[in-house]
Amino acid sequence: MKTLQEIEQIRAKTLKEIDVRSGKQGVRIVVGMATCGIAAGAKPVLAAFEEEIGKRSLSNVTVTQTGCIGVCRLEPMVEITAPGKDKVTYVNMKPDMVKKIVAEHVVNGNLVKEYTIGYFENNN
Amino acid sequence: MIQVDQKLMREELISFIEEQKKKKGPLMPVMQKAQELFGALTIDVQELIASELDIPMSDVYGVATFYSQFSLEPKGEHIVSVCMGTACYVKNIEKIMDKLVDVLGVEPGETTPDNKFTLEPTRCLGCCGLAPVIMVDDQVYGRLAPSDVAGIIVGY
Amino acid sequence: MDIYRSHVLVCGGTSCNAAGSPKIFEKLNVEIKKAGLEKEVKVVKTGCFGLCEAGPIVIVYPEGSFYSKVADKDVQEIVSEHLKHSRIVDRLLFKDADANIITSLDDIGFYKMQERIALRNCGIIDPEKIDEYIAFDGYKALGQCLTQLKPQQILDVIKDSGLRGRGGGGFPTGLKWQFAKDEDSAQKYVICNADEGDPGAFMDRSVLEGDPHAVLEAMAISGYAIGADMGYIYVRAEYPIAVQRLEIAIEQAKEYGLLGKNIFDTGFDFDLEIRLGAGAFVCGEEMALISSIEGFRGEPKPKPPFPAQKGLFNKPTIINNVETLANIPQIVLNGAEWFSSMGTETSKGTKVFALGGKIVNTGLLEIPMGTTLREIIYDIGGGIPDGKQFKAAQTGGPSGGCIPDEHLDTPIDYDSLLSIGSMMGSGGLIVMDEDNCMVDVARFFLDFTVDESCGKCPPCRIGTKRMLEILERIVAGQGVQGDIEKLERLGKNISISSLCGLGKSAPNPVMSTLKYFRDEYEAHINGKKCPAGHCKALLNYIINDKCIGCGACKQVCPTDAISGDKKEAHLINQNDCIKCGACMDKCKFAAIDKK
Repeated sequence: MKTLQEIEQIRAKTLKEIDVRSGKQGVRIVVGMATCGIAAGAKPVLAAFEEEIGKRSLSNVTVTQTGCIGVCRLEPMVEITAPGKDKVTYVNMKPDMVKKIVAEHVVNGNLVKEYTIGYFENNN
Repeated sequence: MIQVDQKLMREELISFIEEQKKKKGPLMPVMQKAQELFGALTIDVQELIASELDIPMSDVYGVATFYSQFSLEPKGEHIVSVCMGTACYVKNIEKIMDKLVDVLGVEPGETTPDNKFTLEPTRCLGCCGLAPVIMVDDQVYGRLAPSDVAGIIVGY
Repeated sequence: MDIYRSHVLVCGGTSCNAAGSPKIFEKLNVEIKKAGLEKEVKVVKTGCFGLCEAGPIVIVYPEGSFYSKVADKDVQEIVSEHLKHSRIVDRLLFKDADANIITSLDDIGFYKMQERIALRNCGIIDPEKIDEYIAFDGYKALGQCLTQLKPQQILDVIKDSGLRGRGGGGFPTGLKWQFAKDEDSAQKYVICNADEGDPGAFMDRSVLEGDPHAVLEAMAISGYAIGADMGYIYVRAEYPIAVQRLEIAIEQAKEYGLLGKNIFDTGFDFDLEIRLGAGAFVCGEEMALISSIEGFRGEPKPKPPFPAQKGLFNKPTIINNVETLANIPQIVLNGAEWFSSMGTETSKGTKVFALGGKIVNTGLLEIPMGTTLREIIYDIGGGIPDGKQFKAAQTGGPSGGCIPDEHLDTPIDYDSLLSIGSMMGSGGLIVMDEDNCMVDVARFFLDFTVDESCGKCPPCRIGTKRMLEILERIVAGQGVQGDIEKLERLGKNISISSLCGLGKSAPNPVMSTLKYFRDEYEAHINGKKCPAGHCKALLNYIINDKCIGCGACKQVCPTDAISGDKKEAHLINQNDCIKCGACMDKCKFAAIDKK
C-alpha cells in the first residue's frame, strides 16, 4: 500500500460489499427473492439490476434482496425507495425491463408507469 | 514429573527473557509471562528474573507486590472474581459476595482448602449492563441474584 | 467478492459476550448453513452496539431489525422466519420504554439523540477486517496527512478543533502535541492510554473492540505530527477481547504497509507495541503509566518535567486516551470547523458515556457536549426502573462526584461539571435511586481509593485512610459530632497537598455528597438512621400486619431468627437477625418492612 488511490480502491470495493448495511440513505432497489419470486424468475432480474447499476457506477444506490413481498401472483416484484418519496412497486419483472427502470426511475426520478403495480392491475 | 515441568518452564522463561531483553522496558512482560507459566511469582521465580535481566531483586519484588494481578502464592484451580465496580455496587453485589463467602467457606482473597477456588474481589469488569456480575475463570455470569450463586459453583 | 443479500450482525462486545453471544454466533452459522443460505447471508461479529442492557443483540440488515436478548433457542426462528421467509420475528424485537415494538435501528429512542464520532464504526463494521474499516474512510486521514500536510498543519487542525483529552483531565490535545513537537529530540514516543480503570466506564474497551484501526490510525497521525516513530498501547489485562482485536489490527495494518517502514512511500516509519497493565488503577495517571512501561512500580512523579519534555525513557512523549484518538481521523477528514461546530463554548465535539446503575437502558452512548443530564437519563436512558425516585447521578468515577436532581438541567461539559463539584472523568455515569445511601456511596469510593493509592505521598496514603475510617464509623452507626467537619478539613488538605490526580481528586465523592446530601450524613450521625434503608447496622427488618403466617420467611432465614405458628403473624428476633434481607426477598405479601 503506497498511495491514497490504493486505499480508495479497497474502500470502493469493500463498500460495495457491505452497502446493504448503510440503512435508509440513497436509492434502494429491493428484489423479492422468496421461493415464489425465484420460481417466477427473480434471480436474473436481480442480476440485471446489479449489472446495470455497476455499469453506470451509480453511487448511493443499493441493490438488495428480500423475501416474500406478499403478492405471489405478481412476482417477480421489485420495490424502489428513494429519500423523500413513496415506495414504488414494479411487478411481473423481466430482465429486459431493468434497463429502462434504471435509466428513467433511478437516474432521472421518473416513474415507469407501465411497469407499476397500479398500471398492471388496471390493464390486465 | 513435576520437577521436569519446572525445568521446562524455567527454560521457556529464560528464552522469553532473552527475546524481551532486546526491547526497552522488558520487566512487566517478563513477569506477566512468568505468572502465566508458574501460576505465581514465588521467590525463586523472582530470583531467576532478577539474575537473567541483571537487575536487583528488590526491583523485581517491588513490582511483584505493587500490581494486584501478580501473586506471590499460587491460586486455586478456578478464580472466582467478584466485580466491585460502581454499577455492581449500586445493584447490591455485596449480597452476592456474602453468598459466595457462605458457599465457598472462605473470606474474600482466600483459597479453599482443597485448592479448587480462589475468591477474589476484582475491579470493574466492564459489563455494567449485566450488573451484578461475577466471573469464574473467563466465563462471566451476570444479572445475578444471591440464589443463583450455589448453582454456578456446583458447575465447577 | 461475494455480494450478500443480508448481513446479520452479532454484538461481540464484552457484555453481550458474557450474555452468550459467541454461542448465538456459532449457532447462526450452523443454522444458516443448514438452511442453505450461506451464500446469501453473512454473519458478522461486531463491536459493542452500546445497548448492553438488551444483550445479546443481533441486527439483521438490510431491514435493520434489532433483536434483543436473543437466546440460543431463538436462533432457529430468526433463520427460518426472517432470513428464509423475510418475516420479522416481532417477539424478539427490542421494545422501548412504552413497550412499542420497533422495527428499525434508527427509530430507537436510545439512538435517535446520539451523534456518533468516536463510536461511528462500532456495531457497523467487522473489527477484524481492515478492509471494512477502509470502506468507511479508514486510513484516508493518515494518507492525506502523510502525502499532503506538514506536521504543523496537522497540529493546527487539531488545535483549532478544540479537542480536549477524553480521559478525564480535559487538557487541549493540540497543545499537548505542540509541546512534544517543539522539543528537540531524535527519539520521541506516542502512547495510547487504554488503562481504563474507572469503575463503571467501558467506552475505551468498546472502541478498541469495535474499531481498533481508528486508534492505530490516529496514533500514526500523531507520530507523524510530533516526529515519533514508535508507539505503545498500554491496555488493561482485564480486556482480553480488546487485546486480541488490537493484535489482529496491528498485524493487518503491517501487512498493508500502514504501519512499519516507509508508510505511503513518504519515508515515515511508525511501529506499535502493546503493553498489558497488571491491575493498578493509578497507572491511568500518565507519569505512573510511563513508569509501568519502563518496568517499575507504577508511581507518579512530580511535574514538571511534563511527559512532552521528559516522558518515556526520558524522551518527549505524548499520551492520549482511546476515545480522544478515535476522534482524530474524523477531525482530519472533516476539518476543525466541523468538529468545533458541535458542543459548547469550551468543550467541543461529543462525549461517550457509559450509562449504568439504576437506569432502564444501560449502555454506551455518544452525545454532543452540552446535552443535559436530564436528556441523557430520561430521553436516552429511559428513566429509572421499577417506578423508583431518582436520587443522584455519579460522574467521573472515584475522582468525581454525585449530582443531585436540582442540577439535572446543567448542560454537560468539562467546566460545568467541575463547577457543580463533579468532573467529566472518563465518562462513567452511574444513576442512583432512592434506595442508594449517599454516605455509603462515598465510603465505597474512598474504599476504592485507599486500596488503589500507590503509597508514595502521605496526604493520599494516610489522609484517605483516615477519611475512610470516619465514613466506616458513620455507616456502622457510630458517627459522632464533629465527624462531618473533620471530613471536610481532611478533604480540603488532601486535595491541595497530594502529588497526583488520584490523590487530589480522591475526596471529591465525599465533598460532593456532603454538599448535596448533608442531611443523610446528619441522619446517620444524629438520628442513627439510614434514610435510604441501606446501611445494615442502622436498620431493622420488622414484620407488619400484612403477614398471613405462610412461613416462607422462616424457611429462608439463615439464623432461625424468625418465629411464629402457621397462619399466625410471625416475629423477627432482632438479636439473632443478621439483616441479610432474605426474608424480605422471599415474602410475597409485602409484610416485611426495612426501617
